[in-house]
Amino acid sequence: MINPERIKKDFPIFSNNPDLCYLDSAATTQKPRQVVDAIENYYYSCNSNVHRGIYKISEDATNRFESSRENISKFIGSRDPRQVVFTRNTTESLNLLAYTLGKSLHAGDEILLSTMEHHSNMIPWQFLREKGVIVKYADITPEGTLDLHDLTGKMTKKTKIVSLTHVSNVLGCINPVNEIAKIAHDNSSLFVVDGAQSVPHMPIDVERMNCDFLAFSGHKMLGPAGIGGLYGRFDLLDNLPPFMGGGEMILNVSLDGATWNETPLKFEAGTPNIEGAIGLSAAVDYLRKLGMDNVRNHEKELIGYTMKRASEVEDLIFYGPRNPEMHGGVFTFNIGDVPAFDLERDLSERSVSISSNGIHPHDTATIMDRDDIAIRSGHHCAMPLMTRLGVSATSRASFYVYNSKEDVDRFFAAINDVKVAFAK
Amino acid sequence: MTEEEIKAEIILDHYRNPRNYGKLENATSAITEYNPICGDTVHMQILFEGNAVRDAKFIGRGCSISQASASMITEMIKGKTVDEVMAMKKDDFLSVVGFNLGPAREKCALLSFNAVEKLVKGYKK
Repeated sequence: MINPERIKKDFPIFSNNPDLCYLDSAATTQKPRQVVDAIENYYYSCNSNVHRGIYKISEDATNRFESSRENISKFIGSRDPRQVVFTRNTTESLNLLAYTLGKSLHAGDEILLSTMEHHSNMIPWQFLREKGVIVKYADITPEGTLDLHDLTGKMTKKTKIVSLTHVSNVLGCINPVNEIAKIAHDNSSLFVVDGAQSVPHMPIDVERMNCDFLAFSGHKMLGPAGIGGLYGRFDLLDNLPPFMGGGEMILNVSLDGATWNETPLKFEAGTPNIEGAIGLSAAVDYLRKLGMDNVRNHEKELIGYTMKRASEVEDLIFYGPRNPEMHGGVFTFNIGDVPAFDLERDLSERSVSISSNGIHPHDTATIMDRDDIAIRSGHHCAMPLMTRLGVSATSRASFYVYNSKEDVDRFFAAINDVKVAFAK
Repeated sequence: MTEEEIKAEIILDHYRNPRNYGKLENATSAITEYNPICGDTVHMQILFEGNAVRDAKFIGRGCSISQASASMITEMIKGKTVDEVMAMKKDDFLSVVGFNLGPAREKCALLSFNAVEKLVKGYKK
């Protein structure tokens, strides 16, 4: 069982901001003392560069860095720490993949994504259109889940890569990645999973999921910013060309060329984020102690409670599947209809008022901030999904281990305040 | 009522009952400004006559600040000379629109200001 009140005591931000109701963990999470302590301990006891020092504290730093890799590898169910590449974040992991996998793609090859993807799982693949690669998108269902029928329909013999988010940062839907892995592999396609919103929130086992690659960010799972990971099946990673060039990633360098370091170091050019890796490892320890099943069950309870209350509020539109079993701790909503701007249509409807019947997400977030409630508003780095939903923007409340039902109650009280403030 | 509350009321009034909202049939210049962060959009239309802003109208969608400030700026520029409009300063406009907007919401307020600035500069050329 998760006890948010007790957990909050580990997060100094809440004692420094006693009234803060933090509902933006899908953007970034707060950090427990244990993570900050681990980073401080590294700085004060063995700060030095890794892998090349001959002296004691450098060996200590290298050990801490590499055992962090092993710890994180185990956390996601990988049996071999060499299958985890340290990156800055999910975005860099996906860019690494698009760049290295893209090298062996040819004009006419296809990549299959979905309309619900975060920009970080779209733009890196769109770069490959320059060489004639075709990017296709599976649609969503009216319930706000991935349309598997559309996905399989868009798969062809030319589909080399299927890259999908595990949990949508807007719809909150949990995509059936195990099933999709089978569909992709039956088609001889590689399967890439964007785990930015799943690795922090539920048990992950890459072996059981049978994905080929999984990208994730440290700062969304209690760890520091600037550290993330890319899991890849060892044989696949080992056959990929390097990403960035520089120190650390080479074995031998001459004036005419170089040979590459072993996997995963060949993907880690330059001095890595050592303290970040150590901090993320401490975050993983913290989460493991809570138990990832407990984390998921806690969020399931919160999102279930939230959707139940939301269905009782007039004019509250919310997105994603109604079944909490299929819904992560992400609640995206609008108060009234907030349609996208359409110049032709809006110019012809001369009498239409600007405010339509909805309250703009920016206004919602501003009023909520007056009640010390932190939510996100905007397009959530998913503009194509906003277009697909027919809205200009949405608001989003997202949960984590330190959130309680009381936070949800405060959120709904604030929804009421917003409606009062903008009452006509 | 504090000064802040009065300004908030004025914004809400402009948001609910925008002035000069709709299509300006004989507009000589028009521009659509868009804030990609939140999707705020303002389509500003001006009728220039000689050295004057004869008429101005807008349509748009977005938050209260972005739409209310568009409504306010149309009132401010109508009847002014082009030079007077060009002399308008960002900070002066912001202080008319709002109290402590903060950097994120300032962008919302400046959407219509930028639109007017571009139209006037374009006309002056």
